[in-house]
Amino acid sequence: MKELSRLALVLTVITAGAALLLAMVESVTREPIAQQRRLVTLNALKSVLPPADNSPDQDTVSLATGKDKNGEDVETVFYRGRKGQDISGIAFKVVAPDGYSGNIYIMVGIDPEGHVSGIEVLQHAETPGLGAKVEEAWWKDQFKGKGLDNADWRVKKDGGEFDQITAATITPRAIVGAVRKGLEFFKAHKDEIVGG
Amino acid sequence: MNFASELKRGIWDDNAVFKLGLGLCPALAVSSSAINGVGMGLAATFVLICSNAVVSSMRKVIPSKVRIPAFIVIIATFVTVVDLVMAGFLPGLHKALGIFIPLIVVNCVILGRAEAFASKNAIFYSVIDGVVMGLGFTVALLILGSVREIIGNGTIFGAGILGSAYIPALLLILPPGAFFAIGFLLGGMNKLEARKK
Repeated sequence: MKELSRLALVLTVITAGAALLLAMVESVTREPIAQQRRLVTLNALKSVLPPADNSPDQDTVSLATGKDKNGEDVETVFYRGRKGQDISGIAFKVVAPDGYSGNIYIMVGIDPEGHVSGIEVLQHAETPGLGAKVEEAWWKDQFKGKGLDNADWRVKKDGGEFDQITAATITPRAIVGAVRKGLEFFKAHKDEIVGG
Repeated sequence: MNFASELKRGIWDDNAVFKLGLGLCPALAVSSSAINGVGMGLAATFVLICSNAVVSSMRKVIPSKVRIPAFIVIIATFVTVVDLVMAGFLPGLHKALGIFIPLIVVNCVILGRAEAFASKNAIFYSVIDGVVMGLGFTVALLILGSVREIIGNGTIFGAGILGSAYIPALLLILPPGAFFAIGFLLGGMNKLEARKK
C-alpha cells in the first residue's frame, strides 16, 4: 500500500508539472495561433473576392445550407466584401465530399450577379502530383467569370467545359460539382445573403 | 567522452533510422520532401533533448514500475509545446507536418533513448546523447527526403534542379516510394560497411 501511494504520488507530481508548463506555453501561443487562423481565412478571402475595402471576415451572414448525418443543420458562413456601401462580392466555403480521398474544402468567391471571381482549395488529401494539381493557378483560373447562366458545369469528359486533369478526373469533377451546388444555393437565397 | 566521436555514433554507427531501425514510421511518412524531413527531424530533436534532460534529472525519483507512463507524459508535454509553438510561429511547416507532430509522442527513437540512455546516465551525457541521436535522425530524414524529392519531383528544397525535360518519377513521393528509397539507402550503407571490413 505504501509503495502504491508512492507510485501514484510521483506520477501526480509529474503530470502536475506537465500541466503547469503546458498552461504557460498555451497562454503565450494562444494569440499568435488565433492570428494565424484568421490570416489563413483572410488570405483565402482576398484571393477569391473582387477588390473590397472592408474586412470581409467581419461582415458575415450564416445560413443553414443542409443537414448532416444526425439531421442537424449545417451552417455556411457567407463573407461579404464591400466597396463603400455596395456589396462587391460574396465568398463562402463549399465541401466536395466525393473527392478521391476525403473531403475537399474550397473557398468560392462570386460577384453579386453570381459569376465566380475566384476559387481557392483550402484543404484536401488528394494524391500529390495528380489530383493535388487542382491547387495550381491554371486550373483554378478557369472558373473565373463563369456562372450558372453562361457555363456548362461539368468536366469535359462528362460533356461540360471544365478541364479535367490527366489521370485524375475524380478530383476536378468533385470540385466542379461542389462549386455548382454553391452557386445554385446562392441563386436561391440571394436576397437573404446580400440583404441580411 | 569526445563530442566528435559521439556525433559520429549518432549519425553513422548508431543512426536511429538506418542502423537501429527506430522511428521508421515518421521517417517514411514525412520524408516526401527535403524541407519536411528537416522540419520533422529538428522537431523530434528538440523533443529528444528536452525529454532526455528531464528523464535523466528525474531518474532517481521515478520508480521503475511507473517509468513508462512517466516518460510518456514528459515526452507528450514537449511534443505539445512544439505543436503549439509551430502552429503559432511557423504555420507553413505546421501545415505540412500536420498529424505527424502529435505522433512524435510515440516515436520509438525518443522513448528508446529515454529508456536505454537517459534513465541511466547523468544530465550532461543525456543531453549530448539527445543532440547526436537527434541530429542522426535529422540527417537520415534529410537524405531520405532529398532523394525522394529529387527523383520524385525534380526539385530540392522546392527549387527545380533537373529542368523541365525531366519527367518526375511520381512514385517516389508517394508512400510506396518511401520504402523503395529506404531499401536502396540501407543496401548502399551495408555495402559501404562491408567494404570497410
